Amino acid sequence: MPATMTAGPADERTGESEIELAGARLVLDPAGALWWPAERALIVADLHLEKGSAFAARGVPLPPYDTRATLALLERLVARWAPRTLIALGDSFHDRGGAGRLGDEERASLALLTRGRDMVWIAGNHDPEPMPGIGGLHAGELRLGRLTLRHEPAAEAGEGEVAGHFHPVARLVLRGRSLRRRCFATDGRRLVLPALGAYAGGLNIRDAALAGLFGGAFDAHLVGAARTYRIAHHACLPDR
Amino acid sequence: MPDIDAAPDDLLPEPFRRWFAGRGWAPRAHQLELLAQAREGRSTLLIAPTGAGKTLAGFLPSLVELAGRPVPRNSPRPPGLHTLYISPLKALAVDVARNLERPAQEMGLAVRIETRTGDTPASRRQRQRRDPPDILLTTPEQIALLLASDDAEPLFADLKRIVLDELHALAGSKRGDLLSLGLARLRAIAPVAQTVGLSATVADPDTLRRWLVPQRGNAEMGELVIADPGAAPDLSMLDSAAHVPWAGHTARHSLKEIYGLITRHTTTLVFVNTRMQAELLFQELWHINDANLPIALHHGSLDVSQRRRVEAAMGEGKLKAVVCTSSLDLGIDWGAVDLVVNVGAPKGSSRLMQRIGRANHRLDEPSRAVLVPANRFEVLECRAALEAVRAGAQDSAVVRSGALDVLAQHVLGMACATPFDADELFAEITSAEPYAELSRADFDDVVGFNATGGYALRAYERFARIRQMKDGRWRVANPQVAQQYRLNVGTIVESTMLKVRLASAKSRFGGRVLGEVEEYFVETMSPGDTFVFAGEVLEYLTITENEVRVARTSAKEPRVPSYAGGKFPLSTFLAARVRALLSEPARWASLPGQVRDWLELQKLRSRLPGREDLLVETFPRGGRYHLVAYPFEGRLAHQTLGMLLTRRLDRAGLHPLGFMANDYALVIYGVSDMSLAIAQRRLSLDALFDADMLGDDLEEWLAESALMKRTFRQCAVIAGLIERRFPGKEKNSRQVTMSTDLVYDVLRRHEPGHVLLRTARADAATGLLDIRRLSDMLTRVRGRIDHLALPRVSPLAVPVMLEIGREMVAGGASEALLAEAEDELIREAMRAGDDDSGPGR
Repeated sequence: MPATMTAGPADERTGESEIELAGARLVLDPAGALWWPAERALIVADLHLEKGSAFAARGVPLPPYDTRATLALLERLVARWAPRTLIALGDSFHDRGGAGRLGDEERASLALLTRGRDMVWIAGNHDPEPMPGIGGLHAGELRLGRLTLRHEPAAEAGEGEVAGHFHPVARLVLRGRSLRRRCFATDGRRLVLPALGAYAGGLNIRDAALAGLFGGAFDAHLVGAARTYRIAHHACLPDR
Repeated sequence: MPDIDAAPDDLLPEPFRRWFAGRGWAPRAHQLELLAQAREGRSTLLIAPTGAGKTLAGFLPSLVELAGRPVPRNSPRPPGLHTLYISPLKALAVDVARNLERPAQEMGLAVRIETRTGDTPASRRQRQRRDPPDILLTTPEQIALLLASDDAEPLFADLKRIVLDELHALAGSKRGDLLSLGLARLRAIAPVAQTVGLSATVADPDTLRRWLVPQRGNAEMGELVIADPGAAPDLSMLDSAAHVPWAGHTARHSLKEIYGLITRHTTTLVFVNTRMQAELLFQELWHINDANLPIALHHGSLDVSQRRRVEAAMGEGKLKAVVCTSSLDLGIDWGAVDLVVNVGAPKGSSRLMQRIGRANHRLDEPSRAVLVPANRFEVLECRAALEAVRAGAQDSAVVRSGALDVLAQHVLGMACATPFDADELFAEITSAEPYAELSRADFDDVVGFNATGGYALRAYERFARIRQMKDGRWRVANPQVAQQYRLNVGTIVESTMLKVRLASAKSRFGGRVLGEVEEYFVETMSPGDTFVFAGEVLEYLTITENEVRVARTSAKEPRVPSYAGGKFPLSTFLAARVRALLSEPARWASLPGQVRDWLELQKLRSRLPGREDLLVETFPRGGRYHLVAYPFEGRLAHQTLGMLLTRRLDRAGLHPLGFMANDYALVIYGVSDMSLAIAQRRLSLDALFDADMLGDDLEEWLAESALMKRTFRQCAVIAGLIERRFPGKEKNSRQVTMSTDLVYDVLRRHEPGHVLLRTARADAATGLLDIRRLSDMLTRVRGRIDHLALPRVSPLAVPVMLEIGREMVAGGASEALLAEAEDELIREAMRAGDDDSGPGR
């Protein structure tokens, strides 16, 4: 197994890594978000807010703290980058009734997050329609500079697609120990973001559905405590 | 005590006496005693060895009562269930039913005997509710299901007797908790029913006696009958002529001798501690099986049909030996077994006695058993176990109270049966032995959990699963809840298992299923790795959905080593005996010469661990510095200790690189000189081993511990927070799964006091992390740490140092490398070096 490599560190102190996609310089935040300095845009994917209450409605009362956990992470990211635009790449709510189930506290912190900046909600398969009372812009997809931002990667995408939907994770075995982490997946033409939601699971990048997006070789950038780790996809192992 | 000599005729009606006489038998004293207790209406615990007619003793009072029952004429409804028999194994229930049919038939008794297990067809299960048999034989899970239905009351209203088989094996486990709660409900429905517990010898029979009667605050107990223990077992330790290895668990050095024993006996059961050890030993035995003796393999991962074939062949006396794990600790009696071989250390004296009892089920003849230690520490452990068994000394059971996740499951089941009043249900539950000390606050938390998840953030009121009615009683919110309950019932949470399928040469998809392995074992492998399974060396090809695809390979040695140690940790009781044996050189005469020499050398070069103190050695080796401690508290407690000490040393700036633990000792290695740090008082061992590590350090580690997450998952499944097959099974490639780890992370951060986290911590304390034992040890050794700074590795440290070597070769380095490392270490430890200035303090 090849040794782990990092993408070029953009900042030694904070340890985020820089990549290039269709000529755009992008920064991978180790928390699992994308920072686009030229546009001052912070891009996140698959928040799946109110997934816990969606399960509770079906008789599985998962701890009701997933929304505040996800929003707290988002607050830290916003505080760090102070974006002009915040873009959520779809499946921001786990289901159509999600926004209606938001607690008062969560509704208030969401309002605070989007204050003073543009908020763009891109449609996902879990939340295809605009959510009532949430504010911000709703869009099927978004072209910004040289990049196309959408929820589900298109079958025939040109250069410069940024998407979510798949919740990529990578698995490695190091010294007899199995390690599974959320990751970015990119071949330099398209980029799939990891899911940010506290209850969002993961799909292995070796899965045909995900690997098939990339014609050939691609890299996984595994999220870590303080930096991301770049590993070639063929060095990662399938789950099962 | 009833006067049994005076009136056996009175106790035993005519057809029974004739039946005994016809077979040339006399009823045994304990069988008559149980009849007398039954006549007095007393619940009773019977302690008897295997082969003592224990099961018949349990059923005789029922048969006698049923035989004397007047034939009902035109009664408005058929008589209900008379006797309920509950066994931990469904195979045992089926076997006991068969064995009961025979005397009932021979005596001409009109008694209907039926079994009810997961395999019973739905039509028969339905009929059993409508028209129950006289005697029903079943398992704890089936009882829970029956009690959770609205016809439980009519079904059990006439119940007279409850027989709990192998009670020692159920009590103290979560399955036992579930059974005890069911028992409490059965007693509420049929207050006159008597309970009979059947048990092997245990250290503390009083706990089991309390199980049999409702607890009302005075530790009420059932009666106790102890059967004649029979002939003392003929027990010995194999004194191998070969070199006794320093480490490892295969006992390869004794292979020829084990084979010789098998040859000279009719049928031998060869017990080992883990499935992987069973695989390896089975394979090795077949390598030298020149006489082609029928030797079979039996363990829990093998395909069920294969296990049943082995059991059937065994019953027909067709096998010479079976290599098996605890999968055969309990179960059906095989008369032909005349020898039990226990390979590896027995880990506890009670388990050993149970295994010995599997040989020769005739009471008047001794059971024969041979212990085969696989390494030097195991020689000490076998010796200690041997002395314990001869003295009849048992491991004392771990003190634990009933688990709250099981309680949550039961409370939901009770709501499914009929609406419950919380005060009444609390009183009923605390009448069960494991829950006698349950606090009302915990009970209320469990009810709250079932209603809305029990979170401080009350977000789920409108999604409640159980709701209070106007009169204050609780009922299920909708029929789906009851359906969910039925799918979730039981306390056995299998780790996710993957089928092992032999890929056929022709197609990717054909091939035979060899059995199942735990997912976490497969997770450590890469394609091309080889491992032993189902008696063959296999090459791991790939994983698809829920199958591992493998191919046969010509490789002789598997590349992926098996699990390092025994499955069970060394018992506290046996550990104390091993420490005592070590600290008294006068008792070493009974040990093999090589082992004696090893201990003598330890005494000379370092010191022997004392009975009560903790010996700690520090020494340099191979450019690294090592700290070895000898707590003898079992692998699980040592692993936890290793994690915590490593964190502390790291904080102290001593840069530990890693640690390794076995049942007896642990070693921490790093790049800083720990002897020097201690000498310069930069490191205080008293502070390092202070019990306060079980506070914040433990909490911090638990946050990311995979073991803790696994423990939490089990609790969440049992309590019904997470559906049994969730996450995972029906996953298609596009579907994204969520793991319970995410739920654990969120809950731990936002509500660390939640009832399920408390349950998981309580489990960890006695389970995979063995925190309670670690805590006891740390308290015991406070101020009694015996430290020696040594110039080089000590003889006693060699086994655990070799485990480090093992860890590093995992996944591929050659055997030669391992052998080289081993030779070097031993030479170094045994050498009387020039620089040997004796141990320093």
